[in-house]
Amino acid sequence: MRHIISILMENEAGALSRVAGLFSARGYNIESLTVAPTEDASLSRMTLVTRGDENIIEQITKQLNKLVEVVKLLDLSEGPHVEREMMLIKVKAERSQRDEIKRLVDIFRGKIIDVTDASYLIEMTGQASKLDAFVNAVEEDLIVEVVRTGPSGIARGAKGLSL
Amino acid sequence: MELSGAEIVIQCLKDEGVEHVFGYPGGAVLHIYDALFQQDFVKHILVRHEQAATHAADGYARSTGKPGVALVTSGPGATNAVTGIATAYMDSIPMVVLTGQVPTPFIGSDAFQEVDTVGITRPCVKHNFLIKDVRDIAETMKKAFYIATSGRPGPVVVDIPKDITDPNKKIPYDYPKKIKMRSYSPVLRGHLGQIKKAVGLMLSAERPVFYTGGGVVLGDASEELRELTRELGFPITNTLMGLGSYPASDKQFIGMLGMHGTYEANMAMHDTDVLIAIGARFDDRVTGHIAHFCPNAKIIHVDIDPSSISKNVRVDVPIVGPVKSVLQDMLTVLKEGKKRPNSAALKKWWQQIDGWRGAECLSYDRTHAQIKPQFAIETLHKVTRGDAFVASDVGQHQMFAAQFYGFDKPRRWVNSGGLGTMGFGLPAAMGIQIAHPGADVALVTGEASVQMCIQELATCKQHDLPIKILLLNNGYMGMVRQWQEFFYDGRYSHSYVDALPDFVKLAESYGHVGMKVERPEDLEGAMQEAFDLKDRLVFMDVVIDPTENVYPMIEAGKGHHEMYLPPKSELV
Repeated sequence: MRHIISILMENEAGALSRVAGLFSARGYNIESLTVAPTEDASLSRMTLVTRGDENIIEQITKQLNKLVEVVKLLDLSEGPHVEREMMLIKVKAERSQRDEIKRLVDIFRGKIIDVTDASYLIEMTGQASKLDAFVNAVEEDLIVEVVRTGPSGIARGAKGLSL
Repeated sequence: MELSGAEIVIQCLKDEGVEHVFGYPGGAVLHIYDALFQQDFVKHILVRHEQAATHAADGYARSTGKPGVALVTSGPGATNAVTGIATAYMDSIPMVVLTGQVPTPFIGSDAFQEVDTVGITRPCVKHNFLIKDVRDIAETMKKAFYIATSGRPGPVVVDIPKDITDPNKKIPYDYPKKIKMRSYSPVLRGHLGQIKKAVGLMLSAERPVFYTGGGVVLGDASEELRELTRELGFPITNTLMGLGSYPASDKQFIGMLGMHGTYEANMAMHDTDVLIAIGARFDDRVTGHIAHFCPNAKIIHVDIDPSSISKNVRVDVPIVGPVKSVLQDMLTVLKEGKKRPNSAALKKWWQQIDGWRGAECLSYDRTHAQIKPQFAIETLHKVTRGDAFVASDVGQHQMFAAQFYGFDKPRRWVNSGGLGTMGFGLPAAMGIQIAHPGADVALVTGEASVQMCIQELATCKQHDLPIKILLLNNGYMGMVRQWQEFFYDGRYSHSYVDALPDFVKLAESYGHVGMKVERPEDLEGAMQEAFDLKDRLVFMDVVIDPTENVYPMIEAGKGHHEMYLPPKSELV
């Protein structure tokens, strides 16, 4: 099953490689991983998407908690939460295609953020499945490149993952 | 007090009460060695290879409970130390390893003797640090010792670039008295509700077994374990790492379990209805095939590391906490309650166990013309009155020592259980002897293992370490040979150790006493003579029957009830 794990960790050199190393050393898979500092510059927040059965996920969370630099973690999949991912996608957009692509971007509530006479650069956020749907909706040979951040997630409700 | 980085490193060791450091100098640690030279609190033991520095620090730690400390240079110094670090990691041994590093401006430039020590050691340390500022040394050292020794212990590497130790740059020194880390706080007490649940389950058991491991030794909980086991009257088996935590001579002890465990211990595991696992991690050498492991048991598991619980085997009552305090709480709960163990069921259970004991699974041919390794270990026990520190290498001799020495006290049996590091024994024995100057320290080894760190005979000479080496010489990598006999139709691929040195002459050339023993009737006298030479290292080359195998044996991937027993055993 897919799990999305949110990790609050010391913002120190090497912390990221400890997490990545743990996954490769123990044979767990990482589907995606995003990390950036938080409002407290000494802390980083990581969102990690992985897959595994209940036992594997239990081991993953225990092993992550064991890392000295991990301060707190939460398996967001255990409760209601919000996930968002951003995608930058460059597509070929020449005369006949421009209107059609623009309409598609509007339907998906994306934004065109750069334009040349032959291409559009589109920014889009949403759940991973929505981004997948957009990519599928665009004719394959029009896609020049796709850059995705991987999901970031946060639990719903008033409580936060903090110290 | 204004000190240079190098002086701070040494001063931190003093403030931690570190009296012995095992190390080897080199370019990146020259400033530190210079500071070491100018004081006499911290004593340095010069090894002959950095692997030995880490194994010696490890042996020191295992036999004392105090953290072992090693000091090595950058590059090859650090990579040589890795085997010892990984060995300590697998067995959760508290250790601090200080590695030199190239000066900070050179890091990443492929400088002379540069390796990414933090990167290389990351998967085999509890934690590691790269210090980038002289002002961070004291706090980092404090953290290193705190992390290494608290919770589930383990090795911590502190990588120190040379410019950080510059003798000309002095700063005020203040060693932190306490350290608090928001991201690291080991559990200090087990959950009382879970403990009560566990005690209830124990009291309802009809066929209970205690299965206890190295965690009891590491957690200094032997006394509590003894008290609880005796209070309940349950049988107890130890893992390889747990030997000595419960007295082997006690009647409730049913021997080691696992691949080379006793018939009674493994059968009891197979038939138990309540398994009480304490400070043990359900290692594959212990469990055999997971599907056949304790098929009828409810399992209680006490461990300080939550990730050990339900890692390999699902358990029914997990208790996360230090073994010592959990056992104390169990005793309190037990004594406060009125319920007592089911004595009728226990009586029946013991009758069954005594039946299994009747198989005499550790029997061997005592009439053989050649020395049997089992006999050699029994003789060692006799000569040392069962009171020696025994280090071992890895292989058949290790199993024979584990099965036949009969450890009655914790921290007396020092071996590489998790990683299985050949070459561990001799340097580990050095660490033990340094920590216990007057004690009998025996190394049980094989002719293959001992050659992996044989250079340390020089260290033993330089530092007057009167270790008694019992080399069980069968000319083979015995355990490899045994597997080839059993599972490869006797195709002994590269397990014969040809071209052995004359170990007597070798020992003598290092300035030690060498002995060769070939006949069973000469063994006890020779060993007595060796142990009577209190201030000399004696290397006993004991020629043993090369065909002897370790029994009982559970083939990898089989269940506890599927054991090979010795050829003469009544059950075969």
